[in-house]
Amino acid sequence: MTRHVVVVSAGLSDPSTTRLLADRLADAAGTAVAGRGEQALVEVIEVRELATDLATAMTTGGLVTPALARARDAVASADAVIAVTPVFNASYSGLFKLFVDALERDALDGTPVLIAATAGTARHSLVLEHAMRPLFSHLRAVVVPTAVFAATEDFGDGDAAGLGERITRAASQLAALLVAGGTAVGGLGRGHADRRPAGVATVTPFTQLLRGRTGRTGAGGSTTTPHR
Amino acid sequence: MQFGIFSVGDVTRDPTTGRTPSEADRISAMTQIALAAERAGLDVFATGEHHNPPFVPSSPTTLLGWIAARTERLLLSTATTLITTNDPVKIAEDYAMLQHLSGGRVDLMMGRGNTGPVYPWFGKDIRDGIPLAVENYHLLRRLWRERVVDWEGQFRTPLRGYTSTPAPLDGTPPFVWHGSIRSPEIAEQAAFYGDGFFHNNIFWNREHTEAMVRLYRQRFEHYGHGAADQAIVGLGGQVFMAGTEREAVRRFRPYFDEAPVYGHGPSLEEFTKLTPLTVGTPEQVIERTLGFADVVGDYQRQLFLMDHAGLPLPVVLEQIELLGREVVPVLRAEFERRRPAHVPSEPPTHASLVAAGPSSPHHLVVPAADRLAALEEVPQDGARQDGARQEEVA
Repeated sequence: MTRHVVVVSAGLSDPSTTRLLADRLADAAGTAVAGRGEQALVEVIEVRELATDLATAMTTGGLVTPALARARDAVASADAVIAVTPVFNASYSGLFKLFVDALERDALDGTPVLIAATAGTARHSLVLEHAMRPLFSHLRAVVVPTAVFAATEDFGDGDAAGLGERITRAASQLAALLVAGGTAVGGLGRGHADRRPAGVATVTPFTQLLRGRTGRTGAGGSTTTPHR
Repeated sequence: MQFGIFSVGDVTRDPTTGRTPSEADRISAMTQIALAAERAGLDVFATGEHHNPPFVPSSPTTLLGWIAARTERLLLSTATTLITTNDPVKIAEDYAMLQHLSGGRVDLMMGRGNTGPVYPWFGKDIRDGIPLAVENYHLLRRLWRERVVDWEGQFRTPLRGYTSTPAPLDGTPPFVWHGSIRSPEIAEQAAFYGDGFFHNNIFWNREHTEAMVRLYRQRFEHYGHGAADQAIVGLGGQVFMAGTEREAVRRFRPYFDEAPVYGHGPSLEEFTKLTPLTVGTPEQVIERTLGFADVVGDYQRQLFLMDHAGLPLPVVLEQIELLGREVVPVLRAEFERRRPAHVPSEPPTHASLVAAGPSSPHHLVVPAADRLAALEEVPQDGARQDGARQEEVA
């Protein structure tokens, strides 16, 4: 079975450190999924390429450009998401949050998400725990226990800080959730397979919406005299 | 097909002169715009309803009553009437009164309103938006269709032995539209009652407009009001015209760039590409507008937003005149040419509803009742316990 993994990378330069980390995570996730006998199909969303689309959506009350629509649909239909942001001023970047804010409601409900961040120094590593994890918990995503933080020095000191090991562990946890996802027990909350696809897909029959709202109460309460 | 103007009623600074009209100026302008619409041969003027600055039309039936007194033919409507925060009893009274005063030249469009604080100001909770729209509208239907109403619900104080006065003109309630950009529940509501569905169509995406209208059409057929392509659809749109596209863009750009809703966002060119906004020649407006029927199917009402973003009144009046002279006559002819014979050309009017007679489905609280019984989607909350009449089923 092929699993659709969407990488959301919010680096600003090309190439960016954020994208470097995102690619390593995607590779590791692919390996981990393969190790469970399945295949991962990876799609990368470079949030920078959507910067003006996001500004358009935010300044027009939600006008979604075709490029943004494609990215939103990719996230909404993903089997798993790898979200990587640079740290700006003690949190995720504004651009990263714009993209998250532009997602459709429930887009990540029940989706396994691996969170990761990059920064100039390791002193920012807790951003993953005090900003990223609560954000994705709020969106009801299933956040992988191991979050991956990479400081600039992690790319140069022969991996003394164990970045490679953290990547492998996080990817393996993501793969476990991903491969288990298809066989989860039904009825225990809304699994992500039950998420509504983007757009107008389903409708609640009106008799259900109207239930209890016709103003008629109890037995014998219906004494209307029609005429009009 | 009906063509008209819908106005939000915003008081916005003219960015080219720095002048902001007074509320008195704006209210007078809305009246003059409606009168100009009738002079230009348009069919409908619809006002917004707002309860916060910078908008003036808090009292739509006062405005529409004044316009009714000064027009002969123009159909008066709303875009939209807040079915969530208004008391449905007051809507029933106000619009029945307007119906009498205007000789039946009234229909109205229900909307939920998206200004958060308006809900608590009127004692409501925005999270109840859909249930409010459902419960209040059903009560409104009953008030217009049952002589004496006993009612008890979640959102307003109960009614015992209440008769709404005046009764609708000729015992015939006004036709109602439901407007929504994104909520399938509202398209479903419109379909359930066989009412009209209006998509404001200003911020596409095109796919959204298309999907909402398709849903409404399918469900209209499901509830037995006719074939899907016979459902009553209205669209919004916005245009600015001049002799050449270049001239139109030159004149409109300063207003677009500073517009309250989308200013300082996408460029005029991007916005034109992504949405139905057309800035160009009357021919371009005709071509673009005719294309809407390819998206939503043959439809019955097209409203244009003309008086926004601080455009001065003389410019708006000139635009309406241009619309009436060069655009609408061609659109009428072309839309009729492509419309299959079985698809209604116009939405129901007071005259057509009266002509249909007192036993027509329009007079039922739930016109789909028989159909629902056949579909086994009834009954709800014991409404049939006393062998209730057809219209009491849902």
